Amino acid sequence: MTERNYLTEDTRIISWLFTTDHKRIAILFFAAITLFFFVGGAAATMIRLELVSPQGRFVTSDVYNRLFTIHGVVMVWFFLIPSIPSTLGNFIVPLMIGARDLAFPRLNLTSFYLFMLGGCVTLYAVFAGGVDTGWTFYTPFSTMYSNGHVVLAVVGVFITGFSSILTGLNFIVTIHRLRAPGLTWYRLPLFLWSLYATSVILVLATPVLAMTLLLVALDRVFGVGIFDPDRGGDPLLFQHLFWFYSHPAVYIMILPGMGVVSELVAVFSRKAVFGYKFVAWSAIAIAVVGFFVWGHHMFVSGQSVFAGLVFSFMSFIVAVPSAIKVFNWTATLHKGWVRFDAPMLYALAFIGLFTLGGLTGLFLACLAYDVYVTDTYFVIAHFHYIMVGGMVTAYFGGLHYWWPKITGRMYPEYWARAAAILIFFGFNLTFFPQFILGVLGMPRRYHVYPPEFQVWHVLSSAGASILAIAYLLPLFYLLWSMFYGARAPANPWGATGLEWLTPSPPPKHNFEATPAVTRPPYEYTLSGEARPQNA
Amino acid sequence: MPETPAFQFVNLRQQHEVAQLGMWVFLATEVLFFGGLILGYSVYRFMYPEGFAEAARHTQIAIGTTNTAILLTSSFLVAWAVSLARLGAHRLAALLFAAAAALGCVFLLMKGIEYRIEYGEHLVPGYFFIFRGPNATSAWLFFSFYFVATGVHALHVAIGIMVLAVIALKTRRGAYSERYHAPATVAGLYWHFVDLVWVFLFALIYLPGRAS
Repeated sequence: MTERNYLTEDTRIISWLFTTDHKRIAILFFAAITLFFFVGGAAATMIRLELVSPQGRFVTSDVYNRLFTIHGVVMVWFFLIPSIPSTLGNFIVPLMIGARDLAFPRLNLTSFYLFMLGGCVTLYAVFAGGVDTGWTFYTPFSTMYSNGHVVLAVVGVFITGFSSILTGLNFIVTIHRLRAPGLTWYRLPLFLWSLYATSVILVLATPVLAMTLLLVALDRVFGVGIFDPDRGGDPLLFQHLFWFYSHPAVYIMILPGMGVVSELVAVFSRKAVFGYKFVAWSAIAIAVVGFFVWGHHMFVSGQSVFAGLVFSFMSFIVAVPSAIKVFNWTATLHKGWVRFDAPMLYALAFIGLFTLGGLTGLFLACLAYDVYVTDTYFVIAHFHYIMVGGMVTAYFGGLHYWWPKITGRMYPEYWARAAAILIFFGFNLTFFPQFILGVLGMPRRYHVYPPEFQVWHVLSSAGASILAIAYLLPLFYLLWSMFYGARAPANPWGATGLEWLTPSPPPKHNFEATPAVTRPPYEYTLSGEARPQNA
Repeated sequence: MPETPAFQFVNLRQQHEVAQLGMWVFLATEVLFFGGLILGYSVYRFMYPEGFAEAARHTQIAIGTTNTAILLTSSFLVAWAVSLARLGAHRLAALLFAAAAALGCVFLLMKGIEYRIEYGEHLVPGYFFIFRGPNATSAWLFFSFYFVATGVHALHVAIGIMVLAVIALKTRRGAYSERYHAPATVAGLYWHFVDLVWVFLFALIYLPGRAS
């Protein structure tokens, strides 16, 4: 207790605001994205409230458009994309590789302030009257007709993009150059492989979004006309450029979750991850192939049939590495000493929900079927199964798993399990009915709908209210545990990674002496005892 | 200057490698940033080959060519300066860095003159844009790309000038040596990249429609 650690080193506010310690920056990001999560969640709550009645009595269509735009923009760029990389990744990456910090500590802090600046500009756009384009900013609506604060929102996202790029750059360089002696690539925990793949996408895809949004803003302000059909421009070019970023961005939003689940499954089955090299390379494969599937967002846009065929084929291909991961996690469970601690409940929920989201992704990759369900709730349900059922669940799993390391306190296990189970049921009740709605023909982004759809919408909204409570629970018990939770030992889960060698919470520079690595990750004896990577 | 590495590194060599790799990754980002724009340009040049050729003939090729020579020369000076700084010839290295930065300023000045001429010829897309003939629409698009691309590039040049100026000052103070020269090398990489982007822009902007 009296031992000095990164939390007690210097407690002045100023030392937090100007810190270059990756652990403290991670905490700053935690606070920021939690705020944005609840902003985006509040918009979602209003959307679900509105959709309880078919006549749309709660808000006008104009307000409704703004609500789903806020929800999308905030959740995608200000929660999902930074969620695991900037918080858990920031905290854990240097610890996992036995380093004293990331390669560029000051860039890391810059990344946080760019994120906050972008976030504030976007929030200002929301409060100044909102944006009604949807998170996709499709042209020419966004450049010519929308009466919302498109430029402000676009500028906010543009700025945040640089935060993404800096974080990705930092991780790539850190993982390449700062590994402890003996920590070869095939000894890296799978979380790092995932984050590496994620970082490659962050670095290579985000600049294209930046340029695209710059052109949108210039088009709207100065009428440069690059996406304006009247000026000979092509709105479809916008869609190509936008999805060239935004499809890989989907993998930014899921790969880190897959990395967390790989860690959790190994620890709580007391077994090495089955087919380590396949799981590792499948992350890279997803990142690479993910760059060549963007056209599946444009099957009905009028692109050529040949392009449609190629993008459809590539989208089926990208399912292969995803399936490898799911099969290998499942095989890891086989004959393991499976424990059902809260993080593991989240991991298991992830595997199930991600599988459902992934399989419905195959429906959508299929040209003919996609035409039928394009822009319906089927699509909404599909990507929420991946983004919320997958990524948010993994985020909570990782948060609970590393919570003792981050805070030095154990979370209350009973409440954590209750929240995990509640999230699982609330989630399914919210989004499974939306698959059915989609197949029945309910289009997305409408705030009035035929009364025969009401029963499914009511079910969905009921689920959403459960989900809302379930997401609030961790906020309370985790905060409580920071002050009253039991003290955490250095390695409460009996895990093998380097991050568990150092005390919880870690000292300012992570390790007394740089650990020397002699073993691959996830080595457990037959009786389930951990063999740490450095022993 | 620093004989000991920053706290997160084991030694200066590691610090040097980190700086280099970081800059290369950043340049990869930049390639994709300009890549998006050049893709858009290529799409429209393919759609409107004649319009783009005609519009390109309205650019100031004399200024463009001179500017290309200026940037290439400055890149050469930077490459020379980096190796001199490593050898310990601080005064000459600092002079060369400063000369490269000065050439960057000349580049921006020429670019400004060019913009002024284009403004006078009503080639800036907007209310005063005048382009006679059947290709007015695609000429508008061409000049939109022209101003966005050269504008973004000029911003990169301006940042590069400031970086080179700082490096020149530090070199003069003898901050770099064979053991420690990461900032000079990395700044050099950035400047070469800015130069390289210009080489592409030069070919895309000034050359179409000029071959008989």
